[in-house]
Amino acid sequence: MTVPQGEFLAVLGPNGSGKTSLLRALLGLTALAGGSVDVLGRPPRRGNPAIGYVPQHAGFDRDVPLRGRDLVRLGVDGHRWGFGRLSREDRTRVEAALEAVAAGPYANEPIGRLSGGEQQRLRIAQALVGNPHLLLCDEPLASLDMRYQQEITELIGGWARDKRGTVVFVTHDVNPVLGYADRVVFVVNGRWAAGPTDEVLTSETMSGLYDAPVEVLRVRGRIVVVGEASGAGFDIDEPHHLPEPVGAHQ
Amino acid sequence: MIDQLLHLLPYAFVQDMLLAGVLVSIVAGLVSRFVVARNMSFAVHALAEVGFTGSAGFILIGLSPVLGLLTGSLVTAFFIGALGLRIRERDAVVGVVMAFGLGLGVLFITLYARYATEAFTILFGAITTVSQGDLMLLVAMAALTIVGLGVMYRPLTFATVDPVVAEARGVPVRLISILFLLMLAAAVAEAVQVVGVLLILTLLITPGATAERLTAQPGLATAVSVGVALLATLGGILLALVTTVPVSFYVTTIAFVCYIAARFVPPAVGRLRGARTT
Repeated sequence: MTVPQGEFLAVLGPNGSGKTSLLRALLGLTALAGGSVDVLGRPPRRGNPAIGYVPQHAGFDRDVPLRGRDLVRLGVDGHRWGFGRLSREDRTRVEAALEAVAAGPYANEPIGRLSGGEQQRLRIAQALVGNPHLLLCDEPLASLDMRYQQEITELIGGWARDKRGTVVFVTHDVNPVLGYADRVVFVVNGRWAAGPTDEVLTSETMSGLYDAPVEVLRVRGRIVVVGEASGAGFDIDEPHHLPEPVGAHQ
Repeated sequence: MIDQLLHLLPYAFVQDMLLAGVLVSIVAGLVSRFVVARNMSFAVHALAEVGFTGSAGFILIGLSPVLGLLTGSLVTAFFIGALGLRIRERDAVVGVVMAFGLGLGVLFITLYARYATEAFTILFGAITTVSQGDLMLLVAMAALTIVGLGVMYRPLTFATVDPVVAEARGVPVRLISILFLLMLAAAVAEAVQVVGVLLILTLLITPGATAERLTAQPGLATAVSVGVALLATLGGILLALVTTVPVSFYVTTIAFVCYIAARFVPPAVGRLRGARTT
């Protein structure tokens, strides 16, 4: 499959289906066991400056000596050898990135004391400060409350729209990205389906992927996936409730 | 006392000692920032104690104890690096290697009858008794370590505070871990000359821990850390020159006072932290 420039692609699927491995392959950190992939027209390579990366929110230690702006700065020169001060141009870029995510008011706070949403905003500034063409996001909304989920998704979606940037967005919950994702990929145990949300997230397609009866409901603008495999209800909100794909233990 | 100091300062060996003290402090200040952030106190201890074994072994065969220390801690770093870089297994590996290394140390002490004084020196430190040749060796080692740490400073910082994104941005996180372990081994071998094996943490933990209390700004924290190490080391050397108490007592005391003072910094100065009043 091909992801064209400017597309917002949501990658969905239960835990262990290889979503993070996909991102690692795109980043050039893991070699593919089979098949091939090109990133921005070339084979993946480590440290490609045209790729921005937003990880899952993992809280910083309260006392880590690092301010918000220092985190963003690492996105500019953290990979360079040696000591060194930022050039004026680079300083301007850090300021602009902080501005773009409206993190100015807390840019000088120790990062460990900021809320999860504030930390994720800084993460996005860190990823965007190098003016990437492609943004890879690995569960950037996990463990954030609903309001922050919306803010963070809007920041990423807005960037894709304004800069014609490409986004690969790994998430276990499709609902926050419903208004942004141009296409979704749903991966289950090596099987996958890709297409517009309305075509992939259907009872028919999902039942085929899981090889078990699965029903997709649309309730008040949200999508809920319910399966019979475990005998209990589950939805994409709660990845642990997704049914084990048939054959997973064989 | 001041008179005595002024009388001693013109001597070449005193100046060499102070030069060594300055360089070792810079190494210690830099390294301790990362030791604290990477939770490596136990590794520091192991590197120092097996360094003791190396030192004892080298004295036994008539070689420089400073080189022996460096060899001991580098070999230990190699084993720790080869056997376990993942946090989960690191402590166990460090313990295993340290226990065996100290066992060898016991053997060396037993084999060398006149060892008691030398052992005391290595365990508790006495830069005032290091030979002229070894002092120059120490200066060279410390200068090299500073260059090494300088070269890896930014990627080491990135890999320490934000390893996941650092890896995604192409920082060779694993290589950095191994290189830092080697720098740490060298730093331990150097700091032991000042404060001894048993008091090593006073130079490789306290400065970094003090700095973390005072500021959230990484560059400033490094500067504060180096400052604390300098104050403790130079203060310790100067006081030891004019009294009969060993250097290490003064160094540990000065460093401890700095740390306690940093814990009680009033909120006004705490603005340096840029902290929210929560």
